[in-house]
Amino acid sequence: MNTAHIVKVGMADLNVLAGEGLLKTTGLGSCVGLTLFDKDAQVGGMAHIMLPDSRIARDGALNKAKFADTAIPELVSRMERLGASVGRMVAKMAGGAQMFAAGPNMAEWMRIGPRNVDMCRAVLSDLRIPVVAEDTGGNIGRTIELCCVTGILTVRSVNRGVKEL
Amino acid sequence: MGMHERLGDFQYDVLKEIGNIGAGHAATALSHLLGKPIGMSVPHVSVLSFEQVFEALGGSEEPVVAVFLRVVGDSSGNMFFIIKPDSAKHLLHHLAGLEVDESGDFSDMELSALCEIGNILTGTYLTSLADFTRLLMVPTVPSVAVDMLGAVLSFGILNYGVTGDHVLMIDTAFTQGQVQVGGNFLYIPDPESFPVLFRALGVPFE
Repeated sequence: MNTAHIVKVGMADLNVLAGEGLLKTTGLGSCVGLTLFDKDAQVGGMAHIMLPDSRIARDGALNKAKFADTAIPELVSRMERLGASVGRMVAKMAGGAQMFAAGPNMAEWMRIGPRNVDMCRAVLSDLRIPVVAEDTGGNIGRTIELCCVTGILTVRSVNRGVKEL
Repeated sequence: MGMHERLGDFQYDVLKEIGNIGAGHAATALSHLLGKPIGMSVPHVSVLSFEQVFEALGGSEEPVVAVFLRVVGDSSGNMFFIIKPDSAKHLLHHLAGLEVDESGDFSDMELSALCEIGNILTGTYLTSLADFTRLLMVPTVPSVAVDMLGAVLSFGILNYGVTGDHVLMIDTAFTQGQVQVGGNFLYIPDPESFPVLFRALGVPFE
């Protein structure tokens, strides 16, 4: 892994990669790191999703990568341009945590992590993409790497070490 | 044009002075709480984008102790007190006089103490900011987390689904005798609060 080609995915960003290399995003809290992989084509995609629903977006240019409902279809079409097929794609995801305990003045938006995860599941289900593994929820931050050859998703956290999905 | 480019030296001086007044009050409160003289100062105040905050504090994977609270009132927003884990241990040991395990995880007692210290600091800073701007700004109950900077901070950007792209970062130094410990306050006004806050500071906002 030391010499691997790493493509970084920023916050509210998405990217795709064919073959040798890793897609990586860091510091997922309530955000969801959603990955898609087509093993036959060896094409992977990753989105760092912040919010469930683009309908709340204000005027101006919509950042598709930010919202679950727009990021996932965009990721699928970007991967298809690299030769992937939606019928072969499988999804893995991590994140969607609740980093701080909800206090009395904390409204619904405190639960943004679980809502992000729910929305990702719903969008994937509409696209008939199976979720084969996930490490979501809890109150921990995560960094993830998707290997675009094997489809293995590596999840790192501060207190819990490394986990492979 | 970004807010930080619109701010003049004068406004930075004002924000820094507010920080110093708040730090003065916070130092008094902390000294009473801990039963010994604690000094506090604000060496630097800046208005940054989120990317710049991540860079300034060591990257989005950097482990930090974060006390978070929501501010409600005329200028609502999210406030964080961010301190590096080793600095937090220093603060607890040398300033608060707690027995700490310098290398280990944070105990519930330590987290509770940090949460309370963060509460006092953010509360006094908010009070001096509110006094100066004559805006109503009320802190809510704080909570604490120890985790990656990106994971804890992204939470503050999410509010109501819109991104307020600017963060007011207030560097802070605590001193007790020869010991000095640094931490940072971050205030992220809700997007609709930014014009309110900056008009109150005398910065034109169209």
